[in-house]
Amino acid sequence: MTTDLTLSGLRDVPASDVSNSRKDFTSDQEVRWCPGCGDYIVLAAVQSFLPSLGLKRENIVFVSGIGCSSRFPYYLDTFGLHSIHGRAPAIATGLATSRPDLNVWVVTGDGDALSIGGNHLIHAMRRNVNITILLFNNRIYGLTKGQYSPTSEPGKITKSTPAGSVDFPFNPVSLALGAEATFVARTLDSDRAHLTEVLLAAASHRGTALVEIYQNCPIFNDGAFDVLKDKEEAAARLVRLGHGETVRIGDREWIHDAHAENPSQAFEISRLDDGSMAHVPVGIFRQVSRPTYDDQVREQIRQAKSGEAEADLAGLLAGRDSWTVED
Amino acid sequence: MVKQVEQLEQVVIRFAGDSGDGMQLTGDRFTQETASFGNDLSTLPNFPAEIRAPAGTLPGVSSFQLHFADHDILTPGDTPHVLVAMNPAALRANVSDLEPGATVIVDNHDFTSRNLKKAGYAENPLEDGSLDAFQVHAFDLTALTVGSVEAFGLSRRDAARAKNMFSLGLLSWLYGRPVESTRTYLAKRFADKPSIRDANLAAFHAGWYFGETTEGFAVSYEIKPAPMRAGSYRNISGNLALSYGLVAAGVQSGLPVFLGAYPITPASDILHELSKHKQFGVMTFQAEDEIAGIGAALGASYGGSLGVTTTSGPGIALKSETIGLAISLELPLVVVDVQRGGPSTGLPTKTEQSDLLQAMFGRNGEAPLPIVAPRSPGDCFDAALEAARIAVSYRTPVMLLSDGYLANGSEPWQLPDVDSLPLIEPGFATGPNHETETGDHRFWPYQRDPQTLARPWAIPGTAGLEHRIGGLEKADGHGNISYEPANHDLMVRTRQAKVDRVADTIPPVEVDDPDCDADLLVLGWGSTYGPIGAGCRRVRQKGLSIAQAHLRHLNPFPGNLGDVLRRYDKVIVPEMNLGQLALLLRAKYLVDVEGYNQVRGMPFAPSELEGVLTTTLKEMSS
Repeated sequence: MTTDLTLSGLRDVPASDVSNSRKDFTSDQEVRWCPGCGDYIVLAAVQSFLPSLGLKRENIVFVSGIGCSSRFPYYLDTFGLHSIHGRAPAIATGLATSRPDLNVWVVTGDGDALSIGGNHLIHAMRRNVNITILLFNNRIYGLTKGQYSPTSEPGKITKSTPAGSVDFPFNPVSLALGAEATFVARTLDSDRAHLTEVLLAAASHRGTALVEIYQNCPIFNDGAFDVLKDKEEAAARLVRLGHGETVRIGDREWIHDAHAENPSQAFEISRLDDGSMAHVPVGIFRQVSRPTYDDQVREQIRQAKSGEAEADLAGLLAGRDSWTVED
Repeated sequence: MVKQVEQLEQVVIRFAGDSGDGMQLTGDRFTQETASFGNDLSTLPNFPAEIRAPAGTLPGVSSFQLHFADHDILTPGDTPHVLVAMNPAALRANVSDLEPGATVIVDNHDFTSRNLKKAGYAENPLEDGSLDAFQVHAFDLTALTVGSVEAFGLSRRDAARAKNMFSLGLLSWLYGRPVESTRTYLAKRFADKPSIRDANLAAFHAGWYFGETTEGFAVSYEIKPAPMRAGSYRNISGNLALSYGLVAAGVQSGLPVFLGAYPITPASDILHELSKHKQFGVMTFQAEDEIAGIGAALGASYGGSLGVTTTSGPGIALKSETIGLAISLELPLVVVDVQRGGPSTGLPTKTEQSDLLQAMFGRNGEAPLPIVAPRSPGDCFDAALEAARIAVSYRTPVMLLSDGYLANGSEPWQLPDVDSLPLIEPGFATGPNHETETGDHRFWPYQRDPQTLARPWAIPGTAGLEHRIGGLEKADGHGNISYEPANHDLMVRTRQAKVDRVADTIPPVEVDDPDCDADLLVLGWGSTYGPIGAGCRRVRQKGLSIAQAHLRHLNPFPGNLGDVLRRYDKVIVPEMNLGQLALLLRAKYLVDVEGYNQVRGMPFAPSELEGVLTTTLKEMSS
């Protein structure tokens, strides 16, 4: 099977007649994150980037779960649904499957997506529903005030782990690849250009796109990604992935093939970071084409409607074994 | 040999065998033959949760009871007049339900010492005189079947599997059933396996001729068709009628139906059924779990579909948080609970009415929702339409409480005239609904209809309606997050008032009191309608007066219910739980209703209710 990436995730979403600006995507609600939160930067990037998609604003929907990042939809002047903890991918699945004309986003965090909502996340990815998932990973529980999360490093001392966490963390990119995701990327809140580039590719992808965004929590886990933000350190540690481009780590080098059908290479790359952040790959790990769940569901409906069986309610109710009682 | 034909008014037959013996299929076919003959009928399938429990053991016994008559009947009957037992375990598991004089037809093929022991018999009951009270017909049905299909070159095992069709043929002869529908069915079912098809047909015919020729059966029986209102009928089970009601709700509302569901007994058949009706635009989503099932349904409702989720009690427990979200978002959603025995995994294949309080109160916060319950298999159609009407009109999740007995039981159903089915008006929001002080036109998602208190259904894709809502408390009107004490109090009371106002659009509860002088009222809900009705008829046949009323709406109650309850000296509420409706009635109306309760996983027997009601009437008069 060859990868056909020309099928845009935005194919069925109507284009806007007017050109929108960042201001058009900004709601009238006061943003209520803590000062210095990485979420502000991501919000600004999304508000600035959305107009470039050229879509009707009313056909864009942001669905979120629970957590700091899940307040995101309130601040965008699109349709927004702030749901319950962990369930956003399930809700988005129903919405995207029944409404191909919508551009559906899921905004979630490491606790929401990987802990309470882990099941929905993996199943959305394997089904390949046409949604874009932004996973804000700050490696801590913020809204509940500072417990360790499923991406916190082992030994982490938090309110609920005074003697250090003994949980082993998930690597969200490895998890997504293992769950058969067709688009997996990682980026950082602090790198606006890279973030925007990845968001554009993710939104255009037909199928589930998972974007992990390293995001700083200045209150409960400040500086978690500082080593990737210092210019010199970042140059040494960040491994920037580009499809078809050469990747070099020490004396190893290879051509990155994000379109490879087999996810093994992408998975291997996802393991470059052993937790020490000595080598942190960012960019698009995998971007392949696979029929989406929602397209196939709608195709079955289309075929049934154009087939022989009529949508005849009276005929359905009567069935094949009815009888008549005369007066 | 010309045999005598005896007239009967009604018969109750129970087919019983191993869960692999095809008893449910046998029962279904006999039911179909009986329905097309024109008898009134009611069925009770009863099977274990295990797909194939160890063969020949009591836990593996599966049975199907069918009551048919030349008059209007309401239940699958009390005790079987005829028991067909395919092995020792089937005999032992069911014989205690028979009254003296009953007919027992037994396949004696497996009455070997090993199999008798497996079934818990120390002695062979066919030989020890323990069945003397019954008319026993013991034959080696297995050997007769194998002999009748010899020509088709099947393995002995496959040949023996046709014995259910042999017994169906025998019973079809005994009760003069039309056989054409079974022939057609077998021809179609096994169209791609000609030898199996022919063997089943041969066994079916052999069973018929066996009845006709053997001296063991001296008479056959005739049960005349029951007089029924003119019209077209079919036989229908509750799960099928409920599925059709949902398809009809989609047609009548013009909304695509979106079912999000996770397989669970006894609700899975609704998922299976709806997955067949894509030509109606029905989408079915088999979710990763119960929570995703309702989540996807709610997401589809948000997008303008008629979202539906189907489950049983344990699934409702998992869906509770999302039901609360739907209440807070005020979006239409139909939540179907096909109740089964609980708590926890409980009795997956048995019936119970014990989720009423879960439906009423099983959520955090003040989270009211309307509750609707069907009373018979065919009534599941109307109840599903009614649930959808309320959900769409009031922008609310609605709980539809069916149960295992309704789901799998069947009855003749008069086909509705589709042109006269009620229309459901989605009434999507199309533009701004609020003018600010400065003259700007805005869309306010929580601006309400003054009549129903329903909020606008504003679906994505509609320009100018962009808004953000969620599970956090919203300000009245504009719907932005609000933690204001007075606003929360207002919103909690408004959500309750909205559900209460559903009562404005539901009919008053009707009381059936033919003599108009009853002092005792029997009030029920859900699937107890049949047994209560049959019990009341018997009480009245004794010359006693009794009133019966049955609730379709459990929340809110019909407006006249309090007056009705206070009109009677005594009110009895039979329920297959420990008194859940009784608790609600006592709390709301301060009326001293009395419960009659059983939780055996089986519907009430009419004779049981007849006894209870008669005793109560005697106590009241003394």
